[in-house]
Amino acid sequence: MSASVDSSFRPLSVTTLLIRFLGSMNLAITLLVAVAIASIIGTVLQQNLPYPDYILKFGPFWFEVFKSLDLFDVYSSVWFLVILGFLVISTTVCIFRNTPRVLKDIRDYKESAQLNALRRMSHCHEWQSHFSREICLERINVVASAKGYRLVVKKEAKHLIVAAKKGSGSRLGYIFTHVAIVIICIGGLIDGNVPLKIAEMTDNIQVETRNIPASEVPLISTLPVDNLSFRGTVTIPEGQKANLAFIDFKDGYLVQRLPFLIAVEDFRIDYYKTGQPKSFASDLIIYDEALDAPLHKTISVNHPLEYNGYTIYQSSFGDGGSELRIKLWPLKDAKLSDEIQAVVNTPVALSLEKGDMTLEILDFRPINVNPDITGVKQFKNIGPRFQYKLRTATGEATEFISYMMPVEKDGAKYYLTGLRHTPAEDFRYWYLPADSEDGVARFMRFLTLLGDEEKLKEIALSTLPKQSDSLLPMAEDQELVAQFMVGLVKQFVDGGVGLIAAKVKAVVAPDKQSEISALYAKVLHHFLRNVYWVVLQEEGVDPTSGLNAFDERFYEDAVAAVSISHQYDVPVYLDLVGFDHKEATGLQVTRSPGKMLVFPGCLLLVVGVFCMFYLPQRRFWVIVSGSLENAQLFLAAQASRNPYEFEQEYSELEKALLLQLEVAKTN
Amino acid sequence: MEKTIDKDYKPKRYFFQRCNSADWLWGSLNVIGVVYALSQYHMLMDGYEKAIIICAGLALISFGWVWQSIKLFVVCVTLVSLFAVSRYGITIDLGKSDFFLKYMLASQSAIMWMSALYVMATVTYFFDLLTNKPFSGTVATSLTWTATGMGFIGLLVRWRESYLIDHDIGHIPVSNLYEVFILFSIITALIYLRYEQRYNTRSMGGFVLTVISAAVAFLLWYTVERQADIIQPLVPALNSYWMKIHVPANFIGYGSFSLAAMVGLVFLLKAKMVVVAPQGFLTKRLPELMLLDDVMYRAIALGFAFFTLATILGALWAAEAWGGYWSWDPKETWALIVWLNYAAWLHMRLTKGWRGNPMAWWSIVGFFVTLFAFLGVNMFLSGLHSYGGL
Ligand code: HEM
Repeated sequence: MSASVDSSFRPLSVTTLLIRFLGSMNLAITLLVAVAIASIIGTVLQQNLPYPDYILKFGPFWFEVFKSLDLFDVYSSVWFLVILGFLVISTTVCIFRNTPRVLKDIRDYKESAQLNALRRMSHCHEWQSHFSREICLERINVVASAKGYRLVVKKEAKHLIVAAKKGSGSRLGYIFTHVAIVIICIGGLIDGNVPLKIAEMTDNIQVETRNIPASEVPLISTLPVDNLSFRGTVTIPEGQKANLAFIDFKDGYLVQRLPFLIAVEDFRIDYYKTGQPKSFASDLIIYDEALDAPLHKTISVNHPLEYNGYTIYQSSFGDGGSELRIKLWPLKDAKLSDEIQAVVNTPVALSLEKGDMTLEILDFRPINVNPDITGVKQFKNIGPRFQYKLRTATGEATEFISYMMPVEKDGAKYYLTGLRHTPAEDFRYWYLPADSEDGVARFMRFLTLLGDEEKLKEIALSTLPKQSDSLLPMAEDQELVAQFMVGLVKQFVDGGVGLIAAKVKAVVAPDKQSEISALYAKVLHHFLRNVYWVVLQEEGVDPTSGLNAFDERFYEDAVAAVSISHQYDVPVYLDLVGFDHKEATGLQVTRSPGKMLVFPGCLLLVVGVFCMFYLPQRRFWVIVSGSLENAQLFLAAQASRNPYEFEQEYSELEKALLLQLEVAKTN
Repeated sequence: MEKTIDKDYKPKRYFFQRCNSADWLWGSLNVIGVVYALSQYHMLMDGYEKAIIICAGLALISFGWVWQSIKLFVVCVTLVSLFAVSRYGITIDLGKSDFFLKYMLASQSAIMWMSALYVMATVTYFFDLLTNKPFSGTVATSLTWTATGMGFIGLLVRWRESYLIDHDIGHIPVSNLYEVFILFSIITALIYLRYEQRYNTRSMGGFVLTVISAAVAFLLWYTVERQADIIQPLVPALNSYWMKIHVPANFIGYGSFSLAAMVGLVFLLKAKMVVVAPQGFLTKRLPELMLLDDVMYRAIALGFAFFTLATILGALWAAEAWGGYWSWDPKETWALIVWLNYAAWLHMRLTKGWRGNPMAWWSIVGFFVTLFAFLGVNMFLSGLHSYGGL
């Protein structure tokens, strides 16, 4: 605001200037816009991701820049809180400056208005009445109150002034809304993490970034029971208890102690008939010394438990350490399969022929409702699923997702296992055909056999036509042919048809390539089929009966699975055969005393806003002059806010007055 | 000239004195409706839902008292919806065979009628603006009323259909983008019809209905491309009585803001025309600037009031469902941005007295901010509100 240079210019004191600045509309609008812009940044830039994600996205330079501006956590950054603080101060100053004026305005009928001022108003009307002043006054009163006005009459020397007004609600509304904003912001700031930030800046707390049990978290990262306001989460397996919650803070967490124990008896998911989840619910027991008896309560989404200023919400769920029985199928080597027990989230060492590995089971879900591939928006439960990582001794990990039951596709059943090397990738699925016993045994035998060169050679030799039958090669040539066939299979297993094609390309003249490839394919399939026959014979299938449709289809699917098996680059296949499911419920525990301010503040805000818009303040004046018997009337009114609407109101008022004080117009 | 005083003049001071018999009938009908619903279905409702139905009844009563035309509209919509529901009986299957349901009143058919009628109304309003025939104007208005009626019927019948599919699945149809687009269209249309009557002008109709037609176009695309019209069960987080009040309040806000933006557009057009072609037909037919300015202000004030209410209801709901009344979730944050934007608009108008072109431009910009909060957030940002994704 620039002070205008006029004759009455007089330097203002610093305090006055400051107060004026703080209470100015310009500052208010600037702050509103600043909050809006900060909010936009906070939504466009995803907040509170792990730091490495940002480094990946923006590069180290911009990461540092953004981090120093607190852009990864805008809403609890110092600058944002300062803006909010200024908004509170500015609004408060504004209220203090304006309230006296507004209150006066509400009370004041402005009956001392000067005739000249009234004459200058946008709406006026003057006429001569045939009634006495007395009657005029009475009639004005009746009309005014019918229209909701209240009035006062002031006697002047020569005339009377009737001053009427209504709708002070809009002025009260101004006070209500602005006070409400202040109350809401203060409540919000109490519940925000300002106290944590201050504690951190003064080194009273330190964020914990290690993945360690809560009992080992040092005291400096632990918040005491008397912390007034927080929002933490805790995951509790069924049958277990906890008396703490974790608060996400910066790039780590803090531990919040609770003055009571939460025990989880049971966690349940209900499903709709279509299979989608309908509700998540937990049976909780609260143990507190202050309670006579433990408090039992079932919570679910939208139905939290309020206890002693704390609120406990159902917010997520997960695995609480399910026990899985897993059959290990070593791939491409002859060792027999083996069964192990593993618990979700507890690493198990696997000693395999090709080196030791660690199995880390990440998650287990007994029910998986997925969109049905057959139709839009149809859902189907495709059975239990577990997710795991296999980590080599050097620390490299591959992540898998695997279903316990076969999934039907195009009339046949398959076991699905997805694999990926980094979380950014999608899972690529390996489809293993299910055998006649709905298992993977036959496929595994087939694959194992394809990895066993000696056996393969035996099969190759035994299935080559006997030399006596024809002019075909002698024994040593047969040996060579068998060798070739085994080599072909090895290439197929090691790299699929791609590898074979590449080899052909490398050694065969271009014009012969397609011919040779076709020949190789023929030989390969013939041989694979013979190997498959051996697998079937081991199962006791009668070789003379020929392949039935199922076995034929199985063969094709098995070959397809083998041809991409090289992409499945770990030496073991995990087959889930049984489980003992144990769930964990994810609870959110909050304490937010700011609510006691925010909610009433909200009510005040709504009331204020509606008052402001729907109870507009209106005033009119009538000057009654002239002789006692034949009064002279002068009506005046002014629209401050809404000229258009006031126009209507005024014309109705004028009409009513004229009707009641039927008169001869004087102008 | 001697005049006698009308001694019997007794102004009707109190509200109830001003009610006519239609008002009383209206009040009683609503009370009967609410009492009947409560007595029939109280075992299916919790305390909050009973409170909501009572408040809804009261709101409807006062709505009818304030706006006479709405009474007949509500009665028609109710009767037709009841008829449709009675055609269904207790099974959803009749929707495909019963003549009335299949071609008119099954929710999907009603929505199609609504869509077609809104588009026709838009065209007719523009035709009316061009030709200025009283008849075309009446037709346009009737089309809009009918379309809005079909929209309400469609939603009400859909509500019933969801229960017919499976009692478990039943819910109020304001739970996904498809349903709220219908809600948006009919609320915007109703607000428009109110202003049309109040200001006695039809020349804004085509412009406002253009927004509705755009919503209808999206709706049709969404139906054809994504089968969005299939009734889906609620995700657990939405299964709450809060939805019944939060969502409609929000859409009164969105609807008013959109209307304000279109009126802002008309304002700019008129302001331009007054200068460019003072004798042109647009200059003559479009309402005067002061009227447009007033409509714009009223719409934004209405929208702001309801948007404030809706945001607060949202916060209360969040406090119950997510564990905190404010989580800076993108949808919440954008609601705040929209709110701040219109708060600034109102300050400028009410305290600084800004009028005219800048305010009209601002209300158009406000529409895009609102649009982003409504659609953009679902499309581009992820968060707790992600169930509304495209
Ligand atoms: C953030 C939220 C705010 C909202 C939603 C809000 C809302 C409003 C509204 C709707 C009005 C118009 C009331 C009327 O006169 O009819 C108004 C008036 C006003 N506001 Fe605000 N306001 C906010 C913040 C502020 C702040 C921070 C200031 C202070 C600097 C301020 C100063 C004023 C003033 C001076 C008036 C005019 C009062 C009068 O004379 O009637 N407002 N506010």
